[in-house]
Amino acid sequence: MNTFYKKNGPLISTYFIIAIVFWLVFLIIIPQLYMLDLSFRPNLPPLLRGGPDDVHTLVHYKHFIFGSETSQDNYNYVDIGVFFNTIITAIFVTIINLCFCYPIAFYMAKVANPKSARLLIVSLIIPFWINELLRSFALRILFAGEGVINNVLIGSGLIDSAINFIALDIALYTGLTYAYILLMIFPLYNAIESLDTNQLEAAKDLGSSTLRTHWRIVIPHAKAGIASGCTMVFMLTAGALATPVVLSSPNTYWFTQLIYQWFNMNDNWSRGSAYSILLLSVSVVFVLLMMRLFKVKIGEIIR
Amino acid sequence: MSADVELQNISVTFGNFYAAKNVSVKIREGEFFSFLGPSGCGKTTLLRAISGFLNPSEGKVLISGQDMAGIGPNKRPTSLIFQNLALFPLMSVSENIVFSLEVRGVGKLERQKRAEELLELIALSGQGDKKVHELSGGQRQRVAIARALAIEPEVLLLDEPLSALDLKLRQKMRTELRAIQKRVGITFIYITHDQGEALTMSDRVAVMNEGELEQVGLCDDVYDYPHTPFVATFVGENNAFYGKVTSVQNDLVNVESSGINFFAKAGKKDENSNHSFSSGDDVILFIRPESIFIKNDNNKLDNTFTAKVNTIEFEGNLKNIYLKMNSDMSLKFSVPNAVDTSELSNNTDVELTFSSQKAIVLPKGALAVD
Ligand SMILES: Nc1ncnc2c1ncn2[C@@H]1O[C@H](COP(=O)(O)OP(=O)(O)OP(=O)(O)O)[C@@H](O)[C@H]1O
Ligand SMILES: [Mg+2]
Repeated sequence: MNTFYKKNGPLISTYFIIAIVFWLVFLIIIPQLYMLDLSFRPNLPPLLRGGPDDVHTLVHYKHFIFGSETSQDNYNYVDIGVFFNTIITAIFVTIINLCFCYPIAFYMAKVANPKSARLLIVSLIIPFWINELLRSFALRILFAGEGVINNVLIGSGLIDSAINFIALDIALYTGLTYAYILLMIFPLYNAIESLDTNQLEAAKDLGSSTLRTHWRIVIPHAKAGIASGCTMVFMLTAGALATPVVLSSPNTYWFTQLIYQWFNMNDNWSRGSAYSILLLSVSVVFVLLMMRLFKVKIGEIIR
Repeated sequence: MSADVELQNISVTFGNFYAAKNVSVKIREGEFFSFLGPSGCGKTTLLRAISGFLNPSEGKVLISGQDMAGIGPNKRPTSLIFQNLALFPLMSVSENIVFSLEVRGVGKLERQKRAEELLELIALSGQGDKKVHELSGGQRQRVAIARALAIEPEVLLLDEPLSALDLKLRQKMRTELRAIQKRVGITFIYITHDQGEALTMSDRVAVMNEGELEQVGLCDDVYDYPHTPFVATFVGENNAFYGKVTSVQNDLVNVESSGINFFAKAGKKDENSNHSFSSGDDVILFIRPESIFIKNDNNKLDNTFTAKVNTIEFEGNLKNIYLKMNSDMSLKFSVPNAVDTSELSNNTDVELTFSSQKAIVLPKGALAVD
C-alpha cells in the first residue's frame, strides 16, 4: 500500500482507490447482493413490500425445478431443459471457439511476420466496431432461406433445396462463436507470443512433430491464456441475449431469454433474480473447473 | 557415429544483404571445429543453414557426403544447442533430456535408463526430477548438452553456449565440453566470438568477418600465421605498424614506419604460399605484445627502436606496458609479472627489441576493431 502511494503520488492513488472501491461496492457487490436477496423473496406489488408477507422463501427456485410454487409432482422440464441446453451449448461454442482461434492466434504470434500480423489483428477488430445486434442480423441475412449461403450452395449445385440454417440452430451456433472470438484470440495470442521461439525450433530439432510440439510445448505454455479465453467466452456466451434473440430457431430458447421475460414481460423481478443467480453460479463453477483442469491460479487467468 | 560436414559455396541473403557469402569449408568427422568472428558476422546464420532451419540462398550443405537440401532439421543427423539454450521450462530435467526419445516413441523405462546415463555423463546424477529453473547456469548448460546428445547425433552444433556464464564457469565448461567431445567422439561445430574459447577447445578454427571466411586452420597456425590484417588483430592481440616496403631480401621484408626501419617475414597468403611484396607497397607490420622485449645485453634482436612509456597496467600474471612512439603510433607489450619494471615510469624512454622472425608483414587492410 505504501509503495503504491509512493509510486503513483497521493492524488492519483486516492483516485484509484476511490474508483476501485466505488466500482466494486456500488456497481458489483451491492446490486448482486440485492438480487440475491430479491431472489429469496416473493413477488409482491409495491404496496406490500416490507409488510408481513415479505419473508424469505424458496418459491422461485422451487418454480425453476418443479414448475409450480406449491406442488412438487412434476418437474419443470421446459426451464431445466433450457438451462442445460444453454450451458451445454455454451460449452460446445467455447470448445469450437478455442479450436478455431488457436491456429489463428498461433499464426499471428509465431508464424506471420510482424507486419501481416498487425494487419490480421486490425482486420479481426474492425468488424467488431459494428454493434452486436447488427452483426447478428447480418448473419441472419446470410443464413436465411433465400440468403446468400443458400443461394451460393444451390447455384453451385451442391444442394437441391434450401437448408433451414435457422431452424437447425446452425445460425445460432455460428453467431455465438463469432460474437466473442476476440476474447478468445487475444488471451491466446498474448500467451503464445511470450513463448521463446527457440523452444519451437529446439523441439523441431529434437525430432518432434508439429502436433507434439503444440501438445508438449505450446499448449502447456499457453494454458493460462487458454483458461482465460475459455472462461470469458463461456460466461459471455451463456449470458448472451442479442444473438440468441435474433438467430435462434423459434423453438430454441436461451436461458437469458427466460430471465429477460421474468424481469420485463412478467414483471417478476424476484424470479428473474433467482434465474440470474442460477446462471451466475454455474458460470462461477465453470471458472473454478477450468482453473482446476488447467492447474492455473486466478492471478494467472487475469494476467 | 560421427560425420563430416562440407559447406560448398554457401551464401545466405536477407533482402540484398549477405549474412553469409560464398563460404566453403570441409569439417572432418570427429573434429572440434569452431567458427570465430565478431558479433553479427553471420555465425548463427551459418549454423542455422547447417542444422536446416534456413535454406542457403546459394550453395550446398553436405553431411557424410549427402546433400541436405530439402531435408528438415528434424531429419538431419545434427543437434543444435541454442544461444539461449531453449530448455523447456515446464518439463523436469529428465523430461528435457529425453524429449527427443519421447517423440520417437521410446518406452518410459528405456527413457528413464537413458536419462540416467546422460545425467551421469554431465555429472548431474540424481537431479533429474528438478525443474530447469532450480539449476545453476552451468548445470543448465550441461542439461542442454545432454538433451542434444540424447538422440546420438553425428554432429553437434553449439551456438555460443557459454556466453551467458561468468568467466570462471566459462573456463571450467571449456574443459568439460572438450572432455565430453572426446568421450562421445562426434563432430562438434562450435560458434563463438571469444577467441580464447575457440583456441583452447578447437582442433581447427575458421575466422569469419562480415559473412565471409577469412582463414581456416589449426589454432596455432591461425595465431602464428594470420593471412589477413583482420585475423592478425581479431585472434589474440597485435601491434600494427603502418608503413611502406623499402626493400625485399629473400623472405625478409624491410618496412619503413614513421622513420624507423623494421625487418619482418612476409605473411602467408594461404596454406602454401607467402604474400610477395615489392618496394613502395602499403603494408602493415604485426608484432605481438609477448614478442617485444626491453633491450639489454642478453636480449638484442634484429629490430630495435625507442618509445616513451605511457601507462603500465597490472593484469595479474602479466604487466602490460603501453608506449607511444610518436603522435599516431602507439604499442603495447607484456612482460611476466616477475620482471622488474621499477625503473620504467611515465615518459621514460625505453629501448625495445623484437625478432624479425616473430613479426609479419601483410598488405594493408581492415583491422578488427573491438
Ligand atoms: N531473419 C533475418 N532477417 C534479416 N537479417 C537477418 C536475419 N537474421 C540475421 N540477420 C542479419 O544477419 C547478420 C548475421 O546475423 P547472425 O545472427 O548470423 O550473427 P552472429 O554472428 O550469430 O552474431 P552474434 O554473435 O551477435 O550472435 C546480422 O547483421 C543480422 O542482422
Ligand atoms: Mg549468433
